[in-house]
Amino acid sequence: MNWSAFIVFVILFALVTVVGFWAARWRKGDLTLLEEWGLAGRRFGSFITWFLIGGDLYTAYTFIAVPGLVYGAGVTGFFAVPYTIVVFPILFVVMPRLWSVCQANGYVTPADFVRGRFDSRGLSLAIAITGILATLPYIALQLLGIQVVLEAMGVTGAGIMHDLPLIIAFGILAAYTYTSGLRAPATTAVIKDTLIYITVIVALIVIPARLGGFGHIFAVANTHLLAAPKPASIFLGPKGYWAFATLALGSAFALLMYPHAITGVLASKGQKAIKRNAVFLPLYSILLLFIAMFGYFALAAGIHTKVSSLVVPLLLLKEFPSWFAGFAFAAIAIGALVPASIMSIAASNLWTRNIYKEYVKPTATTADESRVAKLVSLVVKLGAVVFILALPLTYAINLQLLGGIWILQTLPAVMLGLYTRWFHRSALLIGWLVGMVIGTVMAASQGFVSIFPLQLGGLVLPVYAAVWATLANLLVSVVLTWIFNAAKMARGVDATTPAQYQDARAGGIGA
Amino acid sequence: MDDKSSRPRSKQWYWLFLLPFIGTLWPPFYAHEYPIVAGFPFLYWYLLVWVVLVGIISAIVFAITG
Repeated sequence: MNWSAFIVFVILFALVTVVGFWAARWRKGDLTLLEEWGLAGRRFGSFITWFLIGGDLYTAYTFIAVPGLVYGAGVTGFFAVPYTIVVFPILFVVMPRLWSVCQANGYVTPADFVRGRFDSRGLSLAIAITGILATLPYIALQLLGIQVVLEAMGVTGAGIMHDLPLIIAFGILAAYTYTSGLRAPATTAVIKDTLIYITVIVALIVIPARLGGFGHIFAVANTHLLAAPKPASIFLGPKGYWAFATLALGSAFALLMYPHAITGVLASKGQKAIKRNAVFLPLYSILLLFIAMFGYFALAAGIHTKVSSLVVPLLLLKEFPSWFAGFAFAAIAIGALVPASIMSIAASNLWTRNIYKEYVKPTATTADESRVAKLVSLVVKLGAVVFILALPLTYAINLQLLGGIWILQTLPAVMLGLYTRWFHRSALLIGWLVGMVIGTVMAASQGFVSIFPLQLGGLVLPVYAAVWATLANLLVSVVLTWIFNAAKMARGVDATTPAQYQDARAGGIGA
Repeated sequence: MDDKSSRPRSKQWYWLFLLPFIGTLWPPFYAHEYPIVAGFPFLYWYLLVWVVLVGIISAIVFAITG
């Protein structure tokens, strides 16, 4: 057991716990209202939103998985950089419209919006279920982040003692999320990011100097990658172009469709706060590029492991004194708590608004909604703990991969729906179903790999399965809309008005 | 489009956002080793430059369109 690392870890964890509970009293609101518990009253300014969306996008799983991928597959893992470049223009252009229409109509979830826009319970249910399904394995994988750092510190035991620290950590998270709602991840995200930025800056100063500089690190990493049983490289060859570009593009659109990302956006106080964040959020992408480099650092430092999730913890243990390794481990573990908290709130909001109130108890009051959402957030986290402790890890990883493909299938209804009501609601629903099935079959047929090589004539295009699935989804939606419109099938009533998509304060002109 | 009439002319600045897509999603532009800067092969520092550029482009569009 590495005591000095563990003590630093426990102190920082205790700090986060105190802040998480204190958050209930911060910018006090009536937490018996779902808008207050689940969106913190839509009052977050640019600064807090930066931490909240940053906490959403750059999770512990990112910090563990991206360098792990780079360690094993080389440059391929760097698709995460163009991904987190192009995501921000999309955030800037699209999400302010979503914020405005949701604020004007009191919508809490993307499924609320789809319900109002297309007047379709079925489509709304599909969006809600997709969101919940995509989020649950993501929450489970945040636990993996905590698990690996506990293991790296030598916190081991037999039977239940082995799992107890993880259960305690998640129990604390569940308790403060229950009492404080979205205010908890918003405040703890500030601590999380402070720790992460310090860790990465220190690592960039210390590790390259110890390993002989960046040029040497790239060279050694490349030698190791070329010599691996499944050879890879630090250079991107023409064969990798399609996968690299489509993974980046598909992931960027998928990210903003995730319920937790939308929750972060809706909790901000206006269009300007979102746009300002598109300006400053790329700071995290600089961080991500260097975190991805940790994979090369590990190769150059002579770290040998078959478990990709251990690459970063082993590197930190080897290159840092143990007390600072404890600091870095706390950064990763807290980096797991923040998104897990937001994700569980987002899943609870979907369940409460679009399944419970819609199908179980239509007479539910706002107090009922808040009560149910709080309880569901506990159930969701309990489910995640059971998932990660009782089932093989590959289940969670495969499901998270599928989740990215699935969530992108909500794009035509949610994102295109912000711009046009041309699509027929039934066409969107069938398109969604086609996309879900094709994406799942494609990924499963490759043994749960994201890239599907599709044969088009004499050409084989290895493209992110989510992109193929979305193209099929769009094609079906367009063709069926033509048919359904020609057949004059009922289109329902649009509950939103064009002015509601513009900046509220500018009186619908949006200047 | 439901609301073309209320679309202000300043939104044309949004076209600037095509640049990061073209610059970073077409690997033939940057999948090279040289020139190396500070030990970083071209691909790596090129993408790093784009991270900064995308922030600057957003800042420009924000300043103009509010």
